[in-house]
Amino acid sequence: MQTWSLVSISVLLAVVVRWGVSLNSYSGAGKPPMFGDYEAQRHWQEVTYNLPLQQWYFNTSDNDLNYWGLDYPPLTAYHSWLCAYVANIINPEWVELHRSRGYESPAHKLFMRTTVLVTDVLIYIPAVVFYCLYLTGGSAKKRVSLLLSILLYPGLILIDYGHFQYNGVSLGFALWGVLALGLGWDMSGSVAFCLALNYKQMELYHALPFFCYLLGKCARAGLLGRGFILLARIAVAVLVTFALCWLPFLPDPSQASQVVRRIFPVARGLFEDKVANTWCSLNTLIKIRSFLTADSQLYLSFALTLLAALPSSIRLLMKPTFWHFKLALVNSSLAFFLFSYQVHEKSILLAALPVCLLLNDFPFMSVWFLQASTFSMLPLFLKDGLLVPYAVTSVGYLFLTFYLLSALDDCSEAEMNLGCYSKLSFFLPKTYLACMMRWKFYFSIALMAVLSILSVVLDPPPHLPDLFPVLVSTTAFLHFLGAFLHFNIVQFSEPVSKKSQKKNN
Amino acid sequence: MAAQAESWSWFAALAVGVSLLKCLFINAYHSTDFEVHRNWLAITHSLPVSRWYRENTSEWTLDYPPLFAWFEFGLSQAARHFDPNMLRVENLDYASPATVLFQRLSVVFTDLLFIYAVRECCRCVGVQKGSKEVLTRPSFVLAVLLLWNFGLLVVDHIHFQYNGFLFGFLLLSVAKHLQGQHLQGALLFAVLLHLKHIYLYVAPAYGIFLLRSYCFTRDHRDGAIRWSSFSPLRLLALGGIVTSVSALSLGPFIVTGQLPQLVSRLFPFRRGLCHAYWAPNVWALYNAADKLLAALGVRLKLLQEAELPRASMTGGLVQEVQHAVLPSVSPSVTLLCTLLSILPALASLWRRPRGGRAFLRCLLLCALASFLFGWHVHEKAVLLAVLPLSVLAVESREDAGIFLVLATTGHYSLFPLLFTPAELPIKVCLMLMFTIFSFTGLGALHRARGPLLRPLELVYLLGLLAVAIGCEFVFPLSPWRQRLPFLPLLVTSVYCAAGVCYSFLRLYASMLRSDHRAKQP
Repeated sequence: MQTWSLVSISVLLAVVVRWGVSLNSYSGAGKPPMFGDYEAQRHWQEVTYNLPLQQWYFNTSDNDLNYWGLDYPPLTAYHSWLCAYVANIINPEWVELHRSRGYESPAHKLFMRTTVLVTDVLIYIPAVVFYCLYLTGGSAKKRVSLLLSILLYPGLILIDYGHFQYNGVSLGFALWGVLALGLGWDMSGSVAFCLALNYKQMELYHALPFFCYLLGKCARAGLLGRGFILLARIAVAVLVTFALCWLPFLPDPSQASQVVRRIFPVARGLFEDKVANTWCSLNTLIKIRSFLTADSQLYLSFALTLLAALPSSIRLLMKPTFWHFKLALVNSSLAFFLFSYQVHEKSILLAALPVCLLLNDFPFMSVWFLQASTFSMLPLFLKDGLLVPYAVTSVGYLFLTFYLLSALDDCSEAEMNLGCYSKLSFFLPKTYLACMMRWKFYFSIALMAVLSILSVVLDPPPHLPDLFPVLVSTTAFLHFLGAFLHFNIVQFSEPVSKKSQKKNN
Repeated sequence: MAAQAESWSWFAALAVGVSLLKCLFINAYHSTDFEVHRNWLAITHSLPVSRWYRENTSEWTLDYPPLFAWFEFGLSQAARHFDPNMLRVENLDYASPATVLFQRLSVVFTDLLFIYAVRECCRCVGVQKGSKEVLTRPSFVLAVLLLWNFGLLVVDHIHFQYNGFLFGFLLLSVAKHLQGQHLQGALLFAVLLHLKHIYLYVAPAYGIFLLRSYCFTRDHRDGAIRWSSFSPLRLLALGGIVTSVSALSLGPFIVTGQLPQLVSRLFPFRRGLCHAYWAPNVWALYNAADKLLAALGVRLKLLQEAELPRASMTGGLVQEVQHAVLPSVSPSVTLLCTLLSILPALASLWRRPRGGRAFLRCLLLCALASFLFGWHVHEKAVLLAVLPLSVLAVESREDAGIFLVLATTGHYSLFPLLFTPAELPIKVCLMLMFTIFSFTGLGALHRARGPLLRPLELVYLLGLLAVAIGCEFVFPLSPWRQRLPFLPLLVTSVYCAAGVCYSFLRLYASMLRSDHRAKQP
């Protein structure tokens, strides 16, 4: 069968699964007074459509920032305005100022779901298709398997089409950036990444690797010669993109500074809810927030984040290859997720995207991580009434990846890139290590399944109301920490493919 | 053993994948058939057997044969643990989340039989030489064509019915016949008949085939029947199977004297010639011709508009169609047409039996003939031809071409079943997926022997694309929407009817041609 037909079947299947999930409930459905992220997005449409741009980020009598105030960068606001424009054509009630608050109807849900699908089809899905076709090796079948495995990653589908958000846009732009850099189009790549950054500030998780990769590349070309010209061109591209995105806010400095204040809300505390990062997990042992001031929490988390992201970034700066770039994306985003300030459980998607790109290189570890990342958002899915799609897509993904990528078959030492470990633990036989990893994997999957079932079936004891969310987030945290260490170690060892190529030669 | 298990792992992946996909549609739109089956669950669970076919609190009375009622009774035992309220007859239109979950899951789980049947069918198709690649193995293509069949997914898991389970019986029975285990095949078909009597349409093929190829053990060398080889024992075995299944199913009702009541429920001839949405069959063409002639007559002043019967098509949802110009059609006429159209196929099967494949072809012709000429045919019935044809399509190039025309038109004619905008992306994407796969999959399978479709067929199928875009996207936005609401349904069924009729004729032609070839030494 031809590649085009396999690719189109995969894309269609991905759309069907996305739409199947979208038939379910969304966050805050029928839960006044605050509702959820669905209402937030709808409210932004209402605000951007009815108010002049100067008032979007300001608290005014028409714009109550305490009720889902706009706290994303300008591109999100423009996107909301565009959606609102279409919504107003279809039914003006959907975006009427003040009166449309908490508006819910099947037709409106259909409209909102469609906007997500449209952005996905326009931005995220093509990026994945091009990435799989042009930047991965192997036969056509292998590439299509990879395509399907990336497109059907449940975490992103459940958040965008179940919970309701537009992560596909920012992740899609970031992926276009990765794609362009992989193809050597450095300027377009930087532009795409700037767009991602201007859609969601969380894309900062990926900023260090992009910066280091481009800088390293320029440095390699000679910072005084061709490299300097390249650097200048990239800098101009970045500045122009930023200027265009912020154009309406630039004339008035107070405008721009207000937008920045809204985007980085330092006052909201070290962490909220139950998130699978260091601070929340540490909180079960030590109550950090009780003996550190807000400022010192901020500095501490900032310092630790930088410290955690630095090794892989420096390594990337020294060796600016695409392979290192992908690994650095994983390591940097995981460092941010684990240590930075005010992390949401949904931010794990930022780490999941680069891990998806590694599915081809390290199927076993990537599948494991992706499964854990979906699991880490379980409390959120349960709150939104997404149990069935969560169960279906997670189980399906496990089957799919193991069938398509034959991850478990290939988990010999070389495939898993464990050479580095054998240096550390020379007293263990090599086969023993791979076997141990496999059993750890089985155990972890079983643990996730058991915890999922328990959180659904059992009521927590009255004195520990958050027992299951804490267990889930701690379990997921351990997985993420393990993955972070693993991928860092891998990045500091030589790439597998090169080794084997040398052997073959 | 290990090698065999390994080579079938793709089948497990396909089956698990499609089962999980079905679970994603739990919250999708479901038609009134959902309430129909809920009502049957309630009836069989809370009433004694003697009242099953008399109960009429709901308008959706039990109108499937007794074995299906027992099947619902079995399901209701599990339903108790989900939500006992769904089992109360007076709870009309009851659809709590637990009820929806249970009913949807019951379809997914009973489909396991279908999956098993597909696997048996895949074992029957030959292995092509030199095809190590999984994607171009006939068994793989067949498994996808059956397991991921667009029609079954849409009708069973969104619209809501138990066709997968029933087709499981049919395909399993076909597979048993292809494997030469005729008694098992007969038993399965007898059970199927008592689960849903629509399969009576293909019963003639079964009857002739079993009589000719099973009860007569040997032929003359030229294929003519050898009367002396008749085996009464085999006939007795077949008769025993059919009678015992019938006794098991109908016995209790005969004993209590309810048979007339049961029959009146099973064969309601009070319904109209065509179903609400016209199935793409001969009568759709007939109705359309009638409308056309009436309009033409009015234009040419041959007919008075006031004299015409009240145009009943304006709503598009009426049961009764009155013809203006052409003579009206009665049930007996449709029956006669059906019988006449299957007669040559049966005769050919009798004269020259050529094993299971010829039987399957005859079964197909029976199914298609009943679809084309039957009374009050539902468009879902086209699956009765599409699914068995998949088996033939992976084996011969000509059948593959027919399959493409029939499956594409037949599946497209199912589009009006799902009219809710929320399900539009699903039906479009699933249909595209299935169609792309069937074109490229079958194309790769028969690549060595040239293209599958003739140029004209290709043009016709591309025209379907235009019809689809017109009906689904352009029409709802156009000013005709108010004035001619029935237009998309009319265009869809007439356009598809042409394709279905054409496939029928081509299937017939290929059967008669092979007859002819067999005669010439």
